[in-house]
Amino acid sequence: MPIQYYIYFCLTLFSIGIIGVLTRKNAIIVFMCVELMLNAVNLLLVAFSKMHHGAALAGNPATTAGIDGQLFVFFIMVVAAAEVSVGLAIIVMMYRNTHSVDINFLNRLKN
Amino acid sequence: MIALLLILIPLAAGLASFAMQQGSAAKKFSLLASVLTLALALAAVGSSSAIVYDVAWLNDLGSRFSLKMDGLSKLLALLTAVSYPLIFAAVYNNEYKKPASFYGLMLLAQAGLMGVFLAADVLLFYFFWELALIPVYFLSSIWGGEKRIAVTFKFFVYTFLGSLLMLAGILLVYFQTTGHSFSMEAFYQVKLSGTQQTVAFWLFFIAFAIKMPIFPLHTWQPDAYEQSPTATTMILSGVMVKMGLFAVVRWLLPIFPQAALQFGNVIMILSVVGMLYASLIAIRQDDIKRLIAYSSIAHIGLMCAALFSGSKSGAEGAMIQMFSHGINVIGMWIIADQIEQKLGTRKMSELGGLAQKAPAMAILLVVMALANIALPLTNAFIGEFLMFSGIFQYNMWMAAAAGISIILAAVYTLNMVQKVIYGAISPVSANAADISGNVKLALIIIAVVIIVFGVFPQPMIDLTKDTVAGLFVKK
Amino acid sequence: MSKIAFLVPLFPLLGFLINGLGRKSLSKPAIGIIGSGAILLSFLTSCYLFTLVAAGAGGEQRFETVVTLFNFISVDAFTIPFAFQVDQLSVLFLLIITGIGFLIHLYSTAYMKDEESHHYGRYFAYLNLFVFSMLLLVMGANYVIMFIGWEGVGLCSYLLIGYWFKNNDYNYAAKKAFIMNRIGDLGFLLAVFWLLFRLGTVNYGDVFANADRLSAADITGITTLLFIGAMGKSAQIPLYTWLPDAMAGPTPVSALIHAATMVTAGIYMIARSNILYTLAPATQTLVAVIGLATAVFAATIALKQNDIKKVLAYSTVSQLGYMFLGLGVGAYTGAVFHVMTHAFFKALLFLGAGSVIHAMHHEQDIRKMGNLKKYMPVTHITFLLACLAIAGIPPFSGFFSKDEILAAAFAVNPLYYYLGVAGALMTAFYMFRLYTMTFLGNFRGTHEQEHHLQESPSAMTIPLIVLAILSVVGGFIGIPEAFAANSHWLEHFLAPVFAESAKLSEAHHLSHSQEYLMMGTATVLILGVILYAVGRFKKYTGENEQEEQGLGKVLANKWYMDELYNAVIVNPLNAFAGFCKNVIEKSGIDGAVNGVGKLVAYGSRQLRLVQSGQVSSYVLIMVLAMVVFFLIWFNDATIIRFFNKLF
Repeated sequence: MPIQYYIYFCLTLFSIGIIGVLTRKNAIIVFMCVELMLNAVNLLLVAFSKMHHGAALAGNPATTAGIDGQLFVFFIMVVAAAEVSVGLAIIVMMYRNTHSVDINFLNRLKN
Repeated sequence: MIALLLILIPLAAGLASFAMQQGSAAKKFSLLASVLTLALALAAVGSSSAIVYDVAWLNDLGSRFSLKMDGLSKLLALLTAVSYPLIFAAVYNNEYKKPASFYGLMLLAQAGLMGVFLAADVLLFYFFWELALIPVYFLSSIWGGEKRIAVTFKFFVYTFLGSLLMLAGILLVYFQTTGHSFSMEAFYQVKLSGTQQTVAFWLFFIAFAIKMPIFPLHTWQPDAYEQSPTATTMILSGVMVKMGLFAVVRWLLPIFPQAALQFGNVIMILSVVGMLYASLIAIRQDDIKRLIAYSSIAHIGLMCAALFSGSKSGAEGAMIQMFSHGINVIGMWIIADQIEQKLGTRKMSELGGLAQKAPAMAILLVVMALANIALPLTNAFIGEFLMFSGIFQYNMWMAAAAGISIILAAVYTLNMVQKVIYGAISPVSANAADISGNVKLALIIIAVVIIVFGVFPQPMIDLTKDTVAGLFVKK
Repeated sequence: MSKIAFLVPLFPLLGFLINGLGRKSLSKPAIGIIGSGAILLSFLTSCYLFTLVAAGAGGEQRFETVVTLFNFISVDAFTIPFAFQVDQLSVLFLLIITGIGFLIHLYSTAYMKDEESHHYGRYFAYLNLFVFSMLLLVMGANYVIMFIGWEGVGLCSYLLIGYWFKNNDYNYAAKKAFIMNRIGDLGFLLAVFWLLFRLGTVNYGDVFANADRLSAADITGITTLLFIGAMGKSAQIPLYTWLPDAMAGPTPVSALIHAATMVTAGIYMIARSNILYTLAPATQTLVAVIGLATAVFAATIALKQNDIKKVLAYSTVSQLGYMFLGLGVGAYTGAVFHVMTHAFFKALLFLGAGSVIHAMHHEQDIRKMGNLKKYMPVTHITFLLACLAIAGIPPFSGFFSKDEILAAAFAVNPLYYYLGVAGALMTAFYMFRLYTMTFLGNFRGTHEQEHHLQESPSAMTIPLIVLAILSVVGGFIGIPEAFAANSHWLEHFLAPVFAESAKLSEAHHLSHSQEYLMMGTATVLILGVILYAVGRFKKYTGENEQEEQGLGKVLANKWYMDELYNAVIVNPLNAFAGFCKNVIEKSGIDGAVNGVGKLVAYGSRQLRLVQSGQVSSYVLIMVLAMVVFFLIWFNDATIIRFFNKLF
């Protein structure tokens, strides 16, 4: 499958994520959109990694070129997991304090 | 070694003073330390050769911990060393809250000042320049008058801005030195293009001009002098403003001779305008501290003009005057402090008749006032005479314009004398008592210095001869 | 043996130190003895120096010794020694200063005896310091030492005018004197710098020897600036207004400082620099014109003054004007001669006035005096002699010196002479108006005053008698050559000092007959004026006195000069200073500095609004920033290529 398809797909996914973050007020949905963006990037990384690795294998069967993209994906997943735990904890705390998960409600940074 | 000790003793004594529990112990200890420093400074002045101290410091940057005492350094180190015991003696009976910290900070400032006058490495110089500023900031903002926070903030930001400009200038020159060195020799020998020289010259000069201060960068000064505790004001105006003038001699003129020549007229005009302007304002002051502050601006303007006049006698006079003015103005401040402490006011319009109530103070005030207007046979006359003759060589009309400040100085100084000590006894001064023994001692020492150096100025002239000669060596 | 010259100023200095430091512990007689004794010792030393100079001055040879004590200021460009010069001119002034100084110290011991002990000590300390400064002024061997004395006498004058410091009017007068003097001093100082700049020296010997090296512009500039100094110190137009106000000081001070010695410093200085002035004819004319204008102008004011000391003060200003006229027309000897005779009779007049004021319990208004001759015979006789001397009646001293100046003025420009004689007539008028209203007629004071009227003690009358003798015979050292050949002793004595100038200027000699005619006419006119004045004011009763009108009012108000100075100089300067302080400083410069701070604070406040606290807006900005960043980082072509490849 040509790489373009992966790119179109990831671009769409990423844009959905951005638009979600920018427009939604519910903190959980915003959070999910962030995850969506992360996963779009992950997918793209894997796709490129596979593409480069495949091309390199043709020349040298023992090569490891291009697999570091997949390595990054694992890092991102770990970070995302940590982020989810912290982020959800914040959202829970926020709900306890304000009885709402509306992010616009929480604009105390202004002061 | 003696040079290092001149810095280390105040530094160590200052830190030790912080640790002291009892205020009176800190006071005595500080006085003792300052006398020890004075003895060392006298020894340094007595030694005929140049004093050098040099150890490795920040080798990677090309900076060494290098101290050097030539004639002017010795003279100003002596001024710093003399002024502290005088100040401590004069304010001995004043009560300060947290005295241990107060005296500690004062001594730290002394260490910084000594460092500025002794440093033979630009980075070291910059380091001490800042070290001298910071204790003064705390002294003023903790022990100062009502408006101290706003005023010291302005003072700090103003001088700090100057310092940063100077740092930029230092780096600009530093990258042009051969082998990237901060040493004095490297800076003296650096070859700069015309533009570089102009830019760096102004970066340095603005820093020094703020410190001196030169019109129109002077407005921090009267406020700071007025609001600082008087002991700190004495340091500020007696010694610290000399940092700016000293830096002109030590760094600005030798590093940028062409720019100094090129912009000398601009600076001289600013200085002379500043002299007249400050003198005029001094005439209308009612607050005795502000009057001395503006008078000081006028005197500093003259010294700056003389330094840029490009004549040997002008430079010679300016150097002598740095010492003389420091001593004399401390005398004025001591009297202002006494008046404020005893009568609770600084307004001259409320004073009067102190000659009857406090005759000793009145006589000493008259002596200080005469030195302030540079009457012959006071030390200030020697300096002013040489400075004016230097400015006259540069431009006759400028000397004449600057000379008007001599007349104006007589106006405001005699006004002050008249309002404070002559006339009928005012209600405020009805309860005045004469000055106590410690203050009298400090003032008499100052008066003796004023007259002795007014009659026999030659030792001072001889002391600074090497610095003057160094200034006029063709690069 | 002239090495002992340094002793002359040393004694007063010691007197100053002892009396100044010991004023609280010493008794009044001790203070008086130390104060007067110091001056007496100086006087004796001066006499000794005089004999040396007189002995050495045989023939036309210049006797001159420079005694260098130490190097005062020595820098690369020049060296100024602390040196004294003893020659004919300075030794003559030494005698005047220490001689009259001693008499006045003696007089003061009685005049000031009511003062508290420590103030008494302070008075004598100041007076000794004054004599010390004055001696520095005349003995200095260069302009800088002269300047030290020059400012020193100004300081002492300031301290002594404000001696009664509880009275603020006196303090104002003292301050005014000092500041006006300072204006002149600036001129002097600039001249010194000019000399240093052009010649690299200020020693008299070197300067005068090299005077011809100076360009005409230089020498005119230098002499004019020096003359400005002299205007301040010697109270010439336009810097004269301090001298009448200086009468606030104790009367002996007025006699010593403001009549006999300090105010003649300007004449001494110009006489000392005579060669410079001879080389600068333009300045000479200026000196003559200013001197003559002052002489006449001050005399007109003196006509209408009623304060005994004010009359004498304006008379002093006027007489100083004559001396400058003499200097301006090249009659250097005449000017110095007049300094000397004037010192005698004017000191006498002031001391006599002091005696009167003392007896009248500090009443100074002559309208409230009268008929004092009955009570104060010695004062009366001596005062009369002094009036005759100042009016210029032969053979009193003033006649010879004034005549010499006027004759020289006639030779240069007859107009000078006529105006000078007019001034002399006014002098005779106001002096005899003063004399008549004080000593003749009826007593117009209170009974209380009349009851206490008596002659002053002998410590006061002895100086009066000595000075009276000097005023009468003092003129005989300068008898005009018209009467007898070589009779002008002073001219021969001073000739070496003025020799260089004499060589350069052609002598104007009037014929003897013309000189007789001029002397005779002037004397007759003056006698007439005196008789008129005595006759007119003898009947003065003080009753039905009218407010002065017209010119009389203007004169009584001193031509409104003080008001003019206030309106033209003092007030505008004050206003400008206030403008600087309140507007330029506060709103202008400090406003700009604070403005920068305020601008930063304002900018920060505005920028803070961007931080709305809405997380989504932050993210939006972030995304937009990234897009912008991409657009900038990769130029258009790269982006287009990327998209082309992609799609």
